[in-house]
Amino acid sequence: MRDRFNEQLERLHLEMIRMGALCEDAISAAAEALLKGDAQLAQVAIDAERETDQKEREVEDLCLKLLLQQQPVAKDLREISAALKMISDLERIGDQAADIAELTRFVRLTDETGRLHIGDMARAVISMVTDSVDSFVKKDLELARRVMAEDDEVDALFIQVRKELIAMIAADASRGEVGLDLLMVAKYLERIGDHATNVAEWVEFSITGVHPQSN
Amino acid sequence: MEHLSSRRRAYDRGLRFLLYLCAGITCALLVFLIGYIFYHGLGSISWQLLSTQSSYLNDTIGILPNLLNTLYIILVSMVVVLPLGVGAAVYLTEYATNHKVVNIIEFATETLTGIPSIIFGLVGMLFFIQIMGLKQGILAGGLTLVLMILPVIVRTTQESLKTVPQSYREGALALGAGKWHTVRTVVLPNAVDGIITGCILAVGRIVGESAALLFTAGFGLVLNSFGTALQSSSATLTVALYVYASERGETEVAFAIAAILMILTFLINLAANLVGRKLKKSK
Amino acid sequence: MSVILQVRDLNLWYGDHQALQNIQMDVPANEITALIGPSGCGKSTFLKSINRMNDLIPGVRIEGTVTYSGINIYDPAVDTTWLRKQIGMVFQKPNPFPMSIYDNIAYGPRTHGTRSKLQLDEIVETSLRDAAIWNEVKDRLKSSALGLSGGQQQRLCIARALAVKPDILLMDESTSALDPISTAKIEDLAVELKSKYTVIIVTHNMQQATRVSDKTAFFLLGEVVEFGDTERIFSTPVDKRTEDYITGRFG
Repeated sequence: MRDRFNEQLERLHLEMIRMGALCEDAISAAAEALLKGDAQLAQVAIDAERETDQKEREVEDLCLKLLLQQQPVAKDLREISAALKMISDLERIGDQAADIAELTRFVRLTDETGRLHIGDMARAVISMVTDSVDSFVKKDLELARRVMAEDDEVDALFIQVRKELIAMIAADASRGEVGLDLLMVAKYLERIGDHATNVAEWVEFSITGVHPQSN
Repeated sequence: MEHLSSRRRAYDRGLRFLLYLCAGITCALLVFLIGYIFYHGLGSISWQLLSTQSSYLNDTIGILPNLLNTLYIILVSMVVVLPLGVGAAVYLTEYATNHKVVNIIEFATETLTGIPSIIFGLVGMLFFIQIMGLKQGILAGGLTLVLMILPVIVRTTQESLKTVPQSYREGALALGAGKWHTVRTVVLPNAVDGIITGCILAVGRIVGESAALLFTAGFGLVLNSFGTALQSSSATLTVALYVYASERGETEVAFAIAAILMILTFLINLAANLVGRKLKKSK
Repeated sequence: MSVILQVRDLNLWYGDHQALQNIQMDVPANEITALIGPSGCGKSTFLKSINRMNDLIPGVRIEGTVTYSGINIYDPAVDTTWLRKQIGMVFQKPNPFPMSIYDNIAYGPRTHGTRSKLQLDEIVETSLRDAAIWNEVKDRLKSSALGLSGGQQQRLCIARALAVKPDILLMDESTSALDPISTAKIEDLAVELKSKYTVIIVTHNMQQATRVSDKTAFFLLGEVVEFGDTERIFSTPVDKRTEDYITGRFG
C-alpha cells in the first residue's frame, strides 16, 4: 500500500537525520575551535552554515512535493508539516554554530576560563539536537519530552555561566571584552537549546496532534 | 495462404463452392416461388376483383368481402390480445417476484407458439362455438387467433420492457412514484417501439393464418358489415384462396389472392422494420 | 445542531449475508454528512436504507429503526411514496428520463398531483436555479435531456430531485462518473444546498469528503467504525482502522 509514499517518507527521515548531523558537527566544531583556538575547525563550522541552508531548501522542496502529490491526511500530514517547521529551527541552529565559530577569532577558552560551564552547555545542546531529530524519526514521544526537559538544565547552566562571567569581569576589568564575547557564545548555545526544544515540540505535535505550547 | 498445401487449398475452394451453392439454391427457391405466383397471379388482379363481391348472377368474382373480413379479424384479434398480452408481459417483467412462477409461465407461452394451428382451430371451434355458443364468424375466429398470437405479443413486449434501463425505474421510484405510475409513465412509453414491432409481426401472422380459421370463421364469401360479420360465416383472404382454388376451381383467382397475400406480407414486414428502426432512432 | 435522522440498531441482511451491523447514527440537519469506506463496506447499502430503496431488492431483511420526522420509516404504515418525496436521491450515473428537460423536472411534481402549468413552470425554474443549471438550459427546456453533457445531466438529476422539495438529499457517489470540472461544480452546489436541505453523500474520494462535508462516518465491513467532525476524523482519527484507511495503508 502506498509504497512510493512510504519510500518518500523514508527519504524525508534520512534528510532530516543528515540535517541534524550537520548541525551537531557544526556545534562540536565550533566548541572545539573555542577550546583549542583552531581556526580551521572554526572555518568548518562557518562553512557548515551554507550546507544547512542548502539542506533546508532541499527538505522544504521534498515536503511540498509530498503535500502536492500524496495529499496526506492525519498523521502523515502532521509529520510532514512538522518537518517543515523543524527545518527552520535546524537552520537557525546552523546559523548559531557559525556565529559561535566567528567569535573564536577573538576569544578562546584558556585553561583558567575552562571552569566555565560553556563546554557542558555545548555537550548538552549537541545531545538535545541529536535526540530531537531522533525522536522525530523514531516517533518517540518520551524522547521528545526529555529534550524539552533538558532545556531547563541548559537554561540553568546559562545563568551560572553568566554569574561566573560577571565575577570574572569584576575581578579583572581588562578581561571585559573576553567576558562579553564568552557571554555571547553562551547565549548562542542557549538559543541552540531553545531551537532544539522547538524541534521536540513539533515532534510531539506530529505524534499526538497537539502542540505542547497550546496547553 | 502459402503455408497450406495445394490439396488443402482445393478442399477449401470446394467447400466454399458448396456453401455458395446452398445459399444460391435458397435464394433461387424464394425467387422461383415469388416469380411463379406473380406470374400466374398478377395478371388476374383487376379493379373488379378487388372491389366487388362474387356474384353468381353476373358470373363475376370479387374478393372485397374477404379483404374486409381480413381487416375485421385483425381488428378483433388485436383489440383483445393487446391488453391481455401487454398486461401479462408487464406482470411478468415488472411485478412477479417468484422466479419459479415466472419460468413456468414463460415456458407455457413458448410452448404455445409451437402448437400446430389446426389444433387451435379445433379447440376454438369446440370452445367458442360449441361451448360458448358463438356462431361461426369473425368473433370466434378472432378469439381463436388471440390464443395463437398471445405468446408473440407477450414475448416481444417482455423483450421490449427488459431493454428499458433499470436506472429509469430507480430514478422514478426515488422521486416517490408508485410502481404502477412508474410503469405507466416511464417504462411503457419507452417500450412502445418494441410493442409496436410485436403488433406488426402479430398482424403478419393473422393475415397469413388459415387452418385455425376454417371452422371458426368459416367459408362465407358474402359482403357483410362489421357487426354482421362477427357472427356470420366469413372467409378471410387465406380461406378464400382455399375455397376458390379447391371448391370452385378458379385457379387464376387463387393465384391472384396469393399474389396479394405475398404483397401484403412483404409490406407488413417492411413496415415492422421501418417502424422499429424509426422509433429506436427517435429515442 | 438539530438531528434530522436518527438511526438505531439498524441491521440488514441480503439473504444470509449481513450487510449492515448495528448501525447507530444521528444525522444533523442542514449539514453535509459523508460516508466513506472501502468497497463493500455497506455505505451505499446504508444510504439506500434511508429512503427504503433497499425494499426493491428481493430477499432483503431489515431490523432496527430509522426515525425521521418523528416516525420510524420502517413502520409498515408508512407510505413509501411520501417518504421518497421527503428524502430524494441522486445516483452514481446520471439517469435523466428520455424526455424533455422540462418534463424531467416536472415529473416529480406531476406525480404528486401538481397540474397547473403556472405552478409547474415556477417549480421547474426554481429547481433548475437551485441546481445551478438554469442559465445553461433556460432556452431549451423542451429539448431532450439526453442531449446534455454528463455533468449537466447530473445537475439535472439534482434539480429533478429538488423539484419535489425534499428535506434530505442522498447522493450516492454522484460525481464519480464525471470529469473534474463537473465534479467541482457539483461539490460547490452541495455546499450551497445545505442551507436549505440536509445532504448525505457516499464517496470513495476522500479529498472530496474533506472538501465538502461537515461530518464523516467511516464504514468498514458493515459497521460504523468512527463518526464525527470531518476535520477531526481526517487530522486526528481515534480508531486505528480509520487512520489506516484514510492514510491509504490498507485498500
